[in-house]
Amino acid sequence: MTTVVAPALDSPLVMGGREFHSRLLVGTGKYATNDDMTRAIQASGAEIVTVAVRRVNLQRSNDESILHHLDPARYFLLANTAGCYTADDAVRYARLGRAAGFNEWVKLEVIGDPQTLLPDTTGLLDATRTLAADGFKVLAYTNDDLITALRLEDAGAACVMPLASPIGSGLGLLNPFSIRTIKSRLTVPVIVDAGVGTASDACVTMEQGVDGILMNTALAAAADPVRMATAMRLAVEAGRLAYLAGRMPRREIAVPSSPTAGMLE
Amino acid sequence: MPDAPPLSIFRLMSAGTVHRSSITPVVNGQPKAMAAGSTVADLLREFQLDPHLVVVEYNRTILRDRTTYAAQLLASGDTIEIVHFVGGG
Repeated sequence: MTTVVAPALDSPLVMGGREFHSRLLVGTGKYATNDDMTRAIQASGAEIVTVAVRRVNLQRSNDESILHHLDPARYFLLANTAGCYTADDAVRYARLGRAAGFNEWVKLEVIGDPQTLLPDTTGLLDATRTLAADGFKVLAYTNDDLITALRLEDAGAACVMPLASPIGSGLGLLNPFSIRTIKSRLTVPVIVDAGVGTASDACVTMEQGVDGILMNTALAAAADPVRMATAMRLAVEAGRLAYLAGRMPRREIAVPSSPTAGMLE
Repeated sequence: MPDAPPLSIFRLMSAGTVHRSSITPVVNGQPKAMAAGSTVADLLREFQLDPHLVVVEYNRTILRDRTTYAAQLLASGDTIEIVHFVGGG
């Protein structure tokens, strides 16, 4: 089953010098089982899959590496710096992820507050500069602030990733205006990261014109992750096509769809 | 039974190449007793870790070239981090 919209209807997502045919990026955290994860990712049609860098648990067997369950030849692995609260830590984690040997890309997170997981944008800018100068393709998780987004682009980010709402909240797209504004002002791709809860959230987000969505909890915490992943794949495609199609204007009066002429006397 | 000679005698005898029976580098935050002369490769073997599935940071320097694992000697006071990819968003 193809998961790709026909090329005539959409163009590939071009980012960091690569082409991607899915606009849905997914995480690998918090699934009840590895089997749920692999089947949901397959159903999502995602090409880019995020992973985290953590200490090996030396008290347990070595089968906990995510690479036992994800084929790096099939998915583009995107290491994140989740859990980092300083630019220095994020840079260290990014370099550890790169040393795994798959690519020089990083989903950069520098978190500023444990309750909201909102980004520390000063640290984020510092880490983006450092990593971009070191040859990384930086996909920077940020808030929905235009000025930070512009500065991230200037700092060398390959993609800016504003949130829809806080990580893991499932609150959906809280500020469509901000997301549209960021998209309209940036040259690099804008991928909304975090906060999408269900398919309608994904569809509305894509209708703002952004280049893609990254989600994790919406799939992992669904009662049926495979069904939700399928729904999200369709919603991202639907929202993208609706955006490209150009919606009709909103009117606050009714306009008949059938001819007003030719009615019987 | 005569008293054992002080350790300093052995240090003098070994003339700069001090060999103790064991070392205790700190690995992922925990002291790890190993035989003197052990390398990063030995450490991974002891924990049955596939070198291609982990990344090793030796005293805050990432060992990007896995062919150096067999040559990198460990010592007491070394700090080793062994990381890998886990599920995350």
